[in-house]
Amino acid sequence: MAIKSQEERAISAEEDIILVRNSVKRVTALLNFSLVNQTKIISAASELARNTLEHGKGGRAIIQLVNDPDRVGIRLTFEDHGPGIADINRALEDGFTTTRGMGLGLGGARRLMDEFVIESKENDGTTVSVTKWIEKS
Amino acid sequence: MERIPILKFGDILLVTIQVDFHDRIALALQEDLTEKIVNLSAKGVLIDISALEMVDSFMGRVLGNIAKTSRLLDCYAVLVGMQPAIAITITELGVTLTGIHTALTAEAGIDLLNDMIKSKSNGKVHAKRQVAKWR
Repeated sequence: MAIKSQEERAISAEEDIILVRNSVKRVTALLNFSLVNQTKIISAASELARNTLEHGKGGRAIIQLVNDPDRVGIRLTFEDHGPGIADINRALEDGFTTTRGMGLGLGGARRLMDEFVIESKENDGTTVSVTKWIEKS
Repeated sequence: MERIPILKFGDILLVTIQVDFHDRIALALQEDLTEKIVNLSAKGVLIDISALEMVDSFMGRVLGNIAKTSRLLDCYAVLVGMQPAIAITITELGVTLTGIHTALTAEAGIDLLNDMIKSKSNGKVHAKRQVAKWR
């Protein structure tokens, strides 16, 4: 898999969630994702950016346009150096929340995207990476 | 701070969400709306989200809370204009919006609100209880 382009956005305030969404939207439109898939990707980005801000105490989003021989995709990576997640399996369950959300962030983002990878270490931070692909025509 | 305008139209309040609905604006809307419902004795609230390109779980929660709070204040809330792609996405995301009334267009939403307000003043709100008796 090759990375064709990359954009980075800091997440340190609520407004940054919108900036992340806008960057993601631009890339999904560029890749010609269907409207439904664009909406899914932007929503997943919004959920994960909010997690980075609220649970991770801020961090950054990396938005990548990725390329395989037969497909292109968008990969979103959210990194924070917050408290980390003690029990990842539990955090992936719907309804698990420690803040004011619905607790759908991680599990929801996983359902909306094709690939989902999470790494977390207590007191060290969390990295979530999600990818959605589109077949080359 | 940016705020979402709330228009009064008879007994109904109209809210069109067109800005990028970030968290603070969403929470401010919830407060402004409950205040106006009480101050103006509004009987219905129409929330138009046709300009929104996405609804995440936080916004879903705020919209659901607005509907529930309105109901506690003797006011009905109807959500109109949801884009089909958003309906698909929030279902997959797990946002249920249980108990929220919806209509496809603002016009249909106003009709629904007027029906709900009318049937309430006609005393038809106990329809469920009547059905239970019939069994």
